[in-house]
Amino acid sequence: MRIGVLSGKGGTGKTFVATNLSYVQKDALFIDCDIEEPNGNIFLKGKIFKEEPVNVLIPEIDHDLCTGCRKCVEFCEFNALAYIKDKVKLFPELCHSCGGCSLLCPEGAIKETEREIGNIEYGMAGTHEVRTGILNTGEATGVPIISKLLDGINREESVTVDCPPGSSCVVMESIKGSDFCVLVIEPTIFGVQNISIVFELVKLFDIPYGAVINKYIPGQEIAHRFCEENHIPVLGVFDFDGKIAELNSIGALASSYNDKYKRQFELLLDKIMEVHAHETAANIKR
Amino acid sequence: MKIAFPVNEKSIEAEINNVFGRSNFFLLADSETLEYEIFENPAVSAAGGAGIVAAQKVVDIGADAVITYQCGKNALDVLEAANVNIIGAVPGSIRVILDRFNAGELTSEAKKHGGFHDHGAR
Repeated sequence: MRIGVLSGKGGTGKTFVATNLSYVQKDALFIDCDIEEPNGNIFLKGKIFKEEPVNVLIPEIDHDLCTGCRKCVEFCEFNALAYIKDKVKLFPELCHSCGGCSLLCPEGAIKETEREIGNIEYGMAGTHEVRTGILNTGEATGVPIISKLLDGINREESVTVDCPPGSSCVVMESIKGSDFCVLVIEPTIFGVQNISIVFELVKLFDIPYGAVINKYIPGQEIAHRFCEENHIPVLGVFDFDGKIAELNSIGALASSYNDKYKRQFELLLDKIMEVHAHETAANIKR
Repeated sequence: MKIAFPVNEKSIEAEINNVFGRSNFFLLADSETLEYEIFENPAVSAAGGAGIVAAQKVVDIGADAVITYQCGKNALDVLEAANVNIIGAVPGSIRVILDRFNAGELTSEAKKHGGFHDHGAR
């Protein structure tokens, strides 16, 4: 079972939910796809035993063969190429590695070469495995890191995926292949507005989903209303709690701190399994 | 000398636009004759890399200099590679700015930012 944990914006509590959810599962694998801010391992404290670079292909231009036709410049959908002073100029951070320019070049002046955009760290905490994707600063997209992180994951394993916040390409890549999506919602106007966009995305994937309302204060019912209006099952509610904030600030896991928090996450996991089983059995086409 | 200005209106009475890459047009003026031409900016609706496309346009139309309030890193890379001078803008119509340029009053540099995607962290 692979569970993708999503949120609309930073600070909602996505990593809080994802790390604790992973912690209460046996022999679990936690995959940090929040590659611009991967901090799951601060809480799970896996000892890193392996690091692997992630490379992408970028064009390399042979200026002697180039005749200046500009076909590559015009073709590039991401505007990663310019033609200046009789030379093709590459902006590697903008290249999405489609390889189109090298296929298109009538002179055969473009070949592809590898460039590192980030890396993956593999760590173990007891019987828990933690894999962390790290995107180098300044890079435009971390999709290649995420696809490598999720490559070859066994569906039978207990896998929790900490997705990037929002609804961009990296989020889509992160939830591909998930069996269930957990939408973490902050009960504020801003929080609900943000998750409504993520919800639109998740609906396209035909994956069962449910919501976790985090930092709930009685009377602030905006997130509950959003879930009710959109028929999103509420899987769990975490109160606005100074102790949790304190634990987060020192990098401690709530469910390893006391049984009360641990129990809450065990119940959340049960609820996810229950909704997942029901949705799968009913085979509801959303 | 041919000078390009990022503008949103097709007029020499227009003021310089606040942004470079996403301006609607480039006005290319001859600083001596004050004759000018207007060019569409192909980058105005680009999904990404707008600065590169806009700067490429400025180079292709034959500008020797750009007068702009600001310029992103990628656009700057293109303009510098093409030896296009980047001059800081001042308020006022382009007609007035050209007079001030000819009087040698425009000496400041354009504000160079690291791009908006990484919140200027570069």
